[in-house]
Amino acid sequence: MSRGRTILKSKPFNLTLERLSHQIIETYADFSEVCIIGIQERGVVLAERLLALIQNNSKQNNITFGKLDITFYRDDFRSRETPLKASQTDINFSLDGKKVVLIDDVLYTGRSVHAAMSALQDHGRASTIELVCLVDRRFNRHLPIKADYVGITVDSIDEAYVKVEWEHIDGADKVLLFTPKREQI
Amino acid sequence: MSTIQKLSTKHLLGIKYITEEDIHLIFETAKNFKEVINRPIKKVPSLRDVTIANLFFENSTRTKLSFELAEKRLSADVVNFSSSSSSVKKGESLLDTVNNILSMKVDMVVMRHPAPGAHFFLSQHIDANIINAGDGTHEHPTQALLDAFSMKERIGKLANKKILIVGDIMHSRVALSNIFCLQKLGAKVKVCGPPTLIPKNLAMLGVEVEYDLHKGLQWCDVANVLRIQLERQDIKYIPSLREYAQFYGIDKKLLDNLDKEIVLMHPGPINRGVELSSDAADSHHSIILQQVENGVAIRMAVLYLLASSRGGN
Repeated sequence: MSRGRTILKSKPFNLTLERLSHQIIETYADFSEVCIIGIQERGVVLAERLLALIQNNSKQNNITFGKLDITFYRDDFRSRETPLKASQTDINFSLDGKKVVLIDDVLYTGRSVHAAMSALQDHGRASTIELVCLVDRRFNRHLPIKADYVGITVDSIDEAYVKVEWEHIDGADKVLLFTPKREQI
Repeated sequence: MSTIQKLSTKHLLGIKYITEEDIHLIFETAKNFKEVINRPIKKVPSLRDVTIANLFFENSTRTKLSFELAEKRLSADVVNFSSSSSSVKKGESLLDTVNNILSMKVDMVVMRHPAPGAHFFLSQHIDANIINAGDGTHEHPTQALLDAFSMKERIGKLANKKILIVGDIMHSRVALSNIFCLQKLGAKVKVCGPPTLIPKNLAMLGVEVEYDLHKGLQWCDVANVLRIQLERQDIKYIPSLREYAQFYGIDKKLLDNLDKEIVLMHPGPINRGVELSSDAADSHHSIILQQVENGVAIRMAVLYLLASSRGGN
């Protein structure tokens, strides 16, 4: 695998987050029935950043926020060599009648989102669910799932790997694309 | 979605055969399942393609119920078997019985058996994952795990904590599994009971013996009280239950007379008035009902982690 190539640098990265927050505010205006839910673990980081921006830009501070772990809902359980480590699910409210904004960093095969939607059902019947992702790898989907809000779109082959890095975790906000060397394909 | 982890073993035959890391992994996973079983919808689909047989060659109420609930909350398919209503009565061997059940495509076996080592024997002959739900007077690993998990929840890390196990140590599989588990987590373990019910070579396990209950309670942070297992005693080890209750029964007065607060545990079923008085069992010292709740979470964690080691179909 090559060294990662930066496809979104810090400045445009933050502009993209800013745009996503405005798009979400444009849709919902009033956030009293809305809850923002991040998928563990990288989706939660994006969700927290977007939540702060939305609160700041919409001047609404009491937006419901939750974290969703999908480990126990994954369909690739047991087809993996080793099990995935579960994280915490922190949704201490019912989703009945809520408008859910589901957030993940990279939308790839769509399987995580599929698992997340089954997991959400166990917390009540949401009135709507919308999907936000920072990176959409649109040509690699396995399931008929698409995001409602997209940061950037990346067209890459299956063997490539996209990573979102965060300032407070990895040192800088950026999106990296790792592609295999030609002979490895 | 991160750090991938795996148990070091394919079966849970006893605490003796697993590592400290395994115990921590089970605890971590159980914490997540505890959140699941406190939701309005207490179910996850993880084991929906797994079939589990509960084979109980010995009576059990709560362990069986707890395992069955854990299996159902993981969406596994469950079949139950108890020896009282089976062909074991007609003279079939253990291996034949289990092989017959496995031919019906069962992936995991939860078994309780009166013979110590029955699970070990089985694990060498069959392919399914085996979970020990009690083998004679040998081990009862999930009970020890849920005990240690409940202690940790109440008093924090167990390293250097003092745990007293009170009662019929000789006939108790809970005592042995507890000793292994607590020692692996770095706790200090003492046992307390009448001399006839303390096994001879306990010192080899690094366990001290205390015959005076009051002194023992004064020493410990947690007292795990066991039931007198009259059904396992072929001869009389104690003169009478009344005398036992007088010397080794714990009541509220005894707890109030201690210099410190201790935590009281019991694996159940309690003989009220024998090893524990009602006012002690229902006092704020007691975490007996939390133990039962944690039992389901721990068993879900064990089943989940073992199932994930099975690999794809």
